[in-house]
Amino acid sequence: MDRSRNASLTSDETTAGPGVTVSIAVEARNAVKAFGQGEAAVRALDDVSVQIRQGEFFTLLGPSGCGKTTLLRLIAGFETPTSGQILLDGKDITADPPNRRPVNTVFQSYALFPHLTVAQNVGFGLQMQGRPRAEVADRAAKMLTLVRLDHLAQRKTSQLSGGQQQRVALARALAPQPKVLLLDEPLSALDLKLRKEMQIELKRLQHETGITFVFVTHDQEEALTMSDRIGVMSAGKILQVGSPRDIYTRPANRFVASFIGETNFLPGFYAHGQVALAGGHVPVAAGTKEGSTVTLAVRPEQVRLVAADAPGSLPATVRDLVYFGTDTHCHMALSDGSEVVARLQSSVSGEAGLEPGARVGLVFTEGAAQVLED
Amino acid sequence: MATRAFAATTIPGFAIVAGIAFFALYAPILTLVAYSFNDSNAISQWGGFSLRWYEAAWANTAVQEATLRSLTIACSASAIATVCATMAALGTTRRGAFRGQTFIYVMINQPLMVPEIVTAVALLIVFASVKVATGYNGLMYLIIAHAAFCIPFAYLPIRARLEGMDLSLETAAADLYANPWQTFRHVTLPLMGPGIIAGAMLAFVISLDDVVITEFVKSAGQDTLPTYMLGQLRRAITPEVNAISSALLALTVLLLTAFFLLTRKRD
Ligand SMILES: Nc1ncnc2c1ncn2[C@@H]1O[C@H](COP(=O)(O)OP(=O)(O)O)[C@@H](O)[C@H]1O
Ligand SMILES: [Mg+2]
Repeated sequence: MDRSRNASLTSDETTAGPGVTVSIAVEARNAVKAFGQGEAAVRALDDVSVQIRQGEFFTLLGPSGCGKTTLLRLIAGFETPTSGQILLDGKDITADPPNRRPVNTVFQSYALFPHLTVAQNVGFGLQMQGRPRAEVADRAAKMLTLVRLDHLAQRKTSQLSGGQQQRVALARALAPQPKVLLLDEPLSALDLKLRKEMQIELKRLQHETGITFVFVTHDQEEALTMSDRIGVMSAGKILQVGSPRDIYTRPANRFVASFIGETNFLPGFYAHGQVALAGGHVPVAAGTKEGSTVTLAVRPEQVRLVAADAPGSLPATVRDLVYFGTDTHCHMALSDGSEVVARLQSSVSGEAGLEPGARVGLVFTEGAAQVLED
Repeated sequence: MATRAFAATTIPGFAIVAGIAFFALYAPILTLVAYSFNDSNAISQWGGFSLRWYEAAWANTAVQEATLRSLTIACSASAIATVCATMAALGTTRRGAFRGQTFIYVMINQPLMVPEIVTAVALLIVFASVKVATGYNGLMYLIIAHAAFCIPFAYLPIRARLEGMDLSLETAAADLYANPWQTFRHVTLPLMGPGIIAGAMLAFVISLDDVVITEFVKSAGQDTLPTYMLGQLRRAITPEVNAISSALLALTVLLLTAFFLLTRKRD
């Protein structure tokens, strides 16, 4: 092992687990972006630091207005940060104009050039870089084949459907082979069926090109199914970065837990490795301050129903059953009135003869309950 | 029905008022055109169909010279006005709101608001002293004066075109490695093209048609077509003036139709 190389491990490299080194494609360091002056200033980004790895599908997920677009615009160079830096391949590009950054964007509105044909749109980036005409045409044709639009190369963009325009925008942004592709809610204007198709298409394109994708969405399901890693944002901050599984199973705080998937929040009291709730105790992983008031987060699918007096279970009363086809949601109340929802397979809940008013016992899947400090 | 949009067409007498308005607008013009084909010497007495006044006007050297002068001035002035208006429109629309925005708009559109006669007198005084100082007596004075009052007419359609153009297209061009000049050359200019042509045509028509400022600014022997016609009317009134007016009308209608088609067409 070359120790000197290891020792000089700089900020553009990080470890993604034991012994694995990955390089960082883009990084925001303490990025702040404020709009307006003085009292009326809005902090669209409030000290954001994030590292996006080479070749990954990274998603920025958060509600509308949390600063996702602003972060993309800082990376693309359409805005300059109020303070902080943007790094590309470890190089500070904060002062570079957008045309000098090897980063391309798929705009939410597509922003296709209406006076150019589909092929000219796709070749635009290469043409501006001064590549030879033949190479531009050749590459545009290849990109159109990649997005399966080769038969429409000579059309004007106004003659295309929404989904086709989307593909042209993708081909146009991918044609110059950028280091990073930025996608700002590219699927939100499409109907559900087309959106599902494009999700698969995007994953395929990312896989085939190997380009780092930074994808913005406010749709948690989209983020969970598509991403290698997700950065959850709220009010100008990145709250948690992790794999979809990490974020889903170990949300860092109440916002992340409630924004992604459905969650039961139960007030409790932590002591001696367990949380005291109404009617019982739940063992949890250690690490919380002894004697503090906490919130216990449990996903509905991690709640199991057992016999009313089974040892180690929490007593509860069934309030309501909501049928969803394969699943049935069972709404229950603990002895102090706090509500818990369990997701059960409909076949199971049917056989168990559950009905409103029934007394049951609750247990949580081992290790599933997360402690969130208040 | 509970609510219905206010419709002016349902007011009693609407059709009559509209009819009268259209009649007042177009009857004189139709009469003018009809009498341009009059064989008689009298301006209001029908003497049969003939093209003689068109032939007479065509053969008249004074008319030829005035026409040539009018076209020279209109071409030069509309070209200058269009360049200025294009730059003004780019400067006022391809950016966010800025301090003094309204003031700049007012400054650009000033010729639309100041009475033409006031501008005419002002130019007369300024150019008189310039003429004395430089000794130059050529067409440049008329060209500059026309360019000045044509700018707002060129500016308005160009600005309208730019405002309807998404700023994100230029952002996209910059994202795709176009430097500011390439962005202008390959995206902004081609997209604003119809607006520029429309502005130029409007400026051309406005210049071609001007009487008041031209009358004040021109030196001796610098009659344009409209001022020549005005001079003729003061002396002997012949249907020749009708013929020239009709020809001018035909040209204007042609240009304005093209203007309408260009501004209406949205990609
Ligand atoms: N150009 C701007 N001027 C003023 N405020 C802005 C501007 N752009 C964004 N903002 C504000 O910054 C915040 C974040 O916006 P944005 O990044 O667009 O959010 P998102 O893309 O997550 O919906 C919002 O409160 C928005 O109003
Ligand atoms: Mg946004």
